[in-house]
Amino acid sequence: MKKLNRRTKVLLLTAVMALVLIAVYAFGLLIPEEAYASSFLQAKQPPSFAHPFGTDSLGRDLLMRTLKGLSVSMTVGLVASVISAVIAVLVGIAAATGSKYVDAFLNWLIDLVMGVPHTILVILISFAMGRGLKGLLIGIAATHWCSLARLIRGEVLQLRNQQYVAVSRRLGKSSGWILCNHLLPHLVPQFFVGLVLMFPHAILHEASVSFLGYGLPPEQPAIGIILSESMRYLSAGMWWTAVFPGLLLVAIVLLVDRLGDHLRRILDPYSAQE
Amino acid sequence: MEQKHETLLEIHDLSVSFRMYDGALEQKELQVISDLHLTVRPGEIVAVAGSSGSGKSLLASAILGILPANATVRGHLHYKGRELTKELQTQLRGSEIALVPQSVAYLDPLMKVGKQADGHKKPRPTERRRSLFRRFSLPEKTENLYPFQLSGGMARRVLVSTALITEAELVIADEPTPGMSLDQALEALQMFREMADAGKAVILITHDIDLAFEFADRVAVFYAGTTVESAPAADFRNGPDALRHPYSKALWHALPQNSFRPIEGFQPYAGDLPQGCLFAPRCRYATEECRAKIPPVREIRGGEVRCFHAT
Amino acid sequence: MKGTAGRLIRTFLFHGIKIVSLLLAVSIIAFVLVSASPIDPVQQYILGLGTAISPEQRAEIEAYWGVNEPPVERYLSWLSELLRGNWGESALYRRPVADIIGERFANSLALMLCAWLLSGVIGFALGCVMGVFRDRWPDSILKKLCYLLSSVPTFWLGLLFLLIFSVWLGWFPIGFSAPIGVAQGSVTLGQRLHHLALPAITLSLMSFANIALHTRQKLIDVLNSEYVLFARARGEGTWTVLRRHGLRNVLLPAVTLQFASFAELFGGSVLAENVFSYPGLGSAVAAAGLNSDVPLLLGVTLFSALFVCVGNMIANLLYGLVDPQIREVGK
Repeated sequence: MKKLNRRTKVLLLTAVMALVLIAVYAFGLLIPEEAYASSFLQAKQPPSFAHPFGTDSLGRDLLMRTLKGLSVSMTVGLVASVISAVIAVLVGIAAATGSKYVDAFLNWLIDLVMGVPHTILVILISFAMGRGLKGLLIGIAATHWCSLARLIRGEVLQLRNQQYVAVSRRLGKSSGWILCNHLLPHLVPQFFVGLVLMFPHAILHEASVSFLGYGLPPEQPAIGIILSESMRYLSAGMWWTAVFPGLLLVAIVLLVDRLGDHLRRILDPYSAQE
Repeated sequence: MEQKHETLLEIHDLSVSFRMYDGALEQKELQVISDLHLTVRPGEIVAVAGSSGSGKSLLASAILGILPANATVRGHLHYKGRELTKELQTQLRGSEIALVPQSVAYLDPLMKVGKQADGHKKPRPTERRRSLFRRFSLPEKTENLYPFQLSGGMARRVLVSTALITEAELVIADEPTPGMSLDQALEALQMFREMADAGKAVILITHDIDLAFEFADRVAVFYAGTTVESAPAADFRNGPDALRHPYSKALWHALPQNSFRPIEGFQPYAGDLPQGCLFAPRCRYATEECRAKIPPVREIRGGEVRCFHAT
Repeated sequence: MKGTAGRLIRTFLFHGIKIVSLLLAVSIIAFVLVSASPIDPVQQYILGLGTAISPEQRAEIEAYWGVNEPPVERYLSWLSELLRGNWGESALYRRPVADIIGERFANSLALMLCAWLLSGVIGFALGCVMGVFRDRWPDSILKKLCYLLSSVPTFWLGLLFLLIFSVWLGWFPIGFSAPIGVAQGSVTLGQRLHHLALPAITLSLMSFANIALHTRQKLIDVLNSEYVLFARARGEGTWTVLRRHGLRNVLLPAVTLQFASFAELFGGSVLAENVFSYPGLGSAVAAAGLNSDVPLLLGVTLFSALFVCVGNMIANLLYGLVDPQIREVGK
C-alpha cells in the first residue's frame, strides 16, 4: 500500500469512526420493539447464534436491547452536549468580555456548579423534574459546560490581547465586527472539539445515572438500566448480561473519545506540523 | 606566542542536524551546524563569535553530549587526545567540562540558589561556593533566594559560579555577560582569564564581537553553523588586513567604532543552506567554485580559514 | 514569617467567605429544585409510614413541612433549623438526617480515603514512568490503558470486579461494609478491609488515569526544560534529575490536583457504593432520591458540597504554601 500522508490517514480514520458511530446509532433507532420483546421461553439464555449477547431474565434479546439502549444514551448525550457547549460558549464569552463583576460572578457560578458532585446534582435535577428522560437530559446539560467555559474564557482573553485585535479596535471596528472576524474563527473549532470531547462524558453520565435508577422507567431499554438489572443476576451466574452490554458501551465511548481527539488534531493548526 | 601543540579539545568537521517532520509524513533533516572546526588549547580563551540564531548554543550541547534525541552528530570530537564518546561525555560533564548557561531559565525555579550552585555532588562544596559568591559581591542571603528573585546581573553571577565551583578543565560559557554591569562583566571575564592562566581553557560563546576581540586569545568566527575563520584575537584588533575571510572582514567593518557598514543580505536559514561556501551568496568575491564546492580549511598566517580566495 | 501567617489568614478568610457563599447558593438551588419536584414529600412520607393516619396527624406533618407557607419563608425556616443542627428526619430510615450522615460518612470516608491514596500513589508513579519513557513502549502501553480506563464507567468496572473476584473466584464478599449478621462492635479491622478492598480499587481506577496523564505531561515539561538541560550538563543522571528536579516540580501540582478532585471522588463513590451495596453516603443519596426522602437528599447534597469545597480550599492553600513564587512574593 502506498504510504499515506499522516493527515490524510487521520482524516480517513476519523471518517470511518464517524460512520461506525452513525451506523450504530441509526441501527439502534430503527430496531422495532418486537426485536427485544420478552419471551419467557427464551429467558436466561447464554450467548448463542440466535442471541449473540444472550437473553435476560425476561427472555429479551440483549444485543437488540443494548443497541436500542445505546441509541437512547447517544441521543441524550448528544442533545445534552450541544446544550452544554452552547452554554459554555455564552458563559465563556460573557466572562471574558463583560465587566469585572460579570467575570467574577460567572467564575463564582462555575465554582458553584463544580462544587457539587455532578452525580448528586444530576440526581437532584432529575428528582426536580420528576425523574424521566427530560430531567436526565437537563441534569447532564447543566453540569458539563464548566471546563469548556473556562477554556473559552481563557481563549477569548488571550485573543483580545493580540496585536491584530488591538489594531482592529484602533481602526475603529465595532465590537461585533471584531467578534465575527477575529474571535469566532478561533472559537468555532473550539466549540466543536469541546462538544465532541464532552459527548463521551455525557454518555457515561447518562449510563451512570440511569444505572442508579433515575432516567427512563425500568422497563425501557437504556444501557444503565440493563446493567442495573444484570447486577441482580450476577450471583445467579448470568455473567453475559453484565459483560457484553458494558463492553459495547465502552467501545462506543472510546470511539467517540478518539473521534474527538482526532477532530482536535485536525482542527488545531499547530498539530498540522506534527 | 607559545607554540603548544597539545590540544584540550579538537573538533573536526562537526555537523549537527535535527530530524523534523515537514507537515506530511516526510522527514526533513535540518542541518544547524556544518563541518565545524575548532581547536582549544589549555591556557587559552577561545571566543566563538557570530550573530544570534547561528546555532552557537548547540555547539555547547554537542560538546557536552546533551543534544535532544532527534539530533544526529557527525564528525570527530577529541578531548585530551581521546575520542569524545557518549560514555566519556557522561563522565566529563560537570566534572572536567562545565557549562555556564545563558539565562536564569536554566535554574530550577523551585530550588534555592545556594543548593543549586553547590550541585548534586557530595560533599557539597558550600564553603567554596560562599567565597565565590563573596567575590562576585553577591550578598550573604542570596543562597536562600529562589531564581525568580534574582536580578539579571545576580543570576549571571550565580550561573558563572556554578562553573567555577567545579574543577573543570574546560568551561563553556554561553553568552555569560549580558545583563551584568560593566564591572561585573569584567569581574567574570577576569575570573575566566585567571582560569585560563592556571592552564585551563574557556570557550566563550558570544554575539558580542568587541568582547571577543578584547578578552579572548583566539576568535572563531561563526557563520550559519560553521566556523569560517579562527585566528588570534590580535588579528581582529589589527583590522581587516590582518584577517582572512571576507565575512570576518565585513564583520569588522560592521562594528560601530569602525565604518559601521552593515553586511548586505541575510544569513541562510538552516533548512535552506547553499550548496557551496555558506557565505558565497553574500560574498563580493564569490566565484563559480565558491558556489559549487565547500572550501576546505586552510592554514594561512597562523590562522585557519575556510575560503578559496583568502590570502 | 509574620507576613506568611498574615497572608495565610487572609487566604483562609477569603476562601471561607467564598465557601459560605457557595454553600448558601447550593442550599437555595437544592431547596428550589426539591420544591419544584412534582413528587409530594408529604404524601411520600405518609406512604412511607405504611399506616393510615388521622387528619390531625396529617396537618401536623404538613405543618412540619411548611406546605402552606410561602416558599421563601419555608426556605428560611428550613435554613434556620439546619443551622441549629436540626437537619430533619429521614423518611426512608426514620432517623435524624444528621445521625445518618455522620454514620455513613465515616464509611464513605474510609472508602474514599483508600481510593484517593491508591489512585494518587499509583497514578503518580505510573505518570512518572510514562514521563521518563516518553514515546517508548512503556509509555504508549500505559497511555492506552489510561485512555481506556477513562472511557470505562465506574459502575461497570465494579460489576466486572464483582463478577470475577466475588462470584467466580470468591476472594471478596459481594457487598456491604461488614459481614452480615455480625454485631457492629465485633467486626474486625481485617473484615472491614476485606469488604472495602473491591469498592476502593474500583473507585481508585476511576480517577487514576487523570492523575497519571497529568503527572506525565508535567514531567515531560520538566524534562524538556532548560533547567534540566543544565542539570544534565552538570553531570546529573536520569535518577538524580528525577530526584532533584522532577519530584520537586511535579509532586505539588499532582497533590493539588488530587485535592481538587474531591467532586469526582464523591460522584464516583455514589456509583461504587451502589454496585457493592456499601452503606455510605452515596448509596444513601441514591436511595433518598428514589424514595423521595427530601430531608436526606438535601442533607447529603449540602454535605457533599461542603466536602468538595474543603478539598478545593486545601488545594488552593497548598498551592500558596508550597510554591515559593507565590509564597515569597507575599512577603
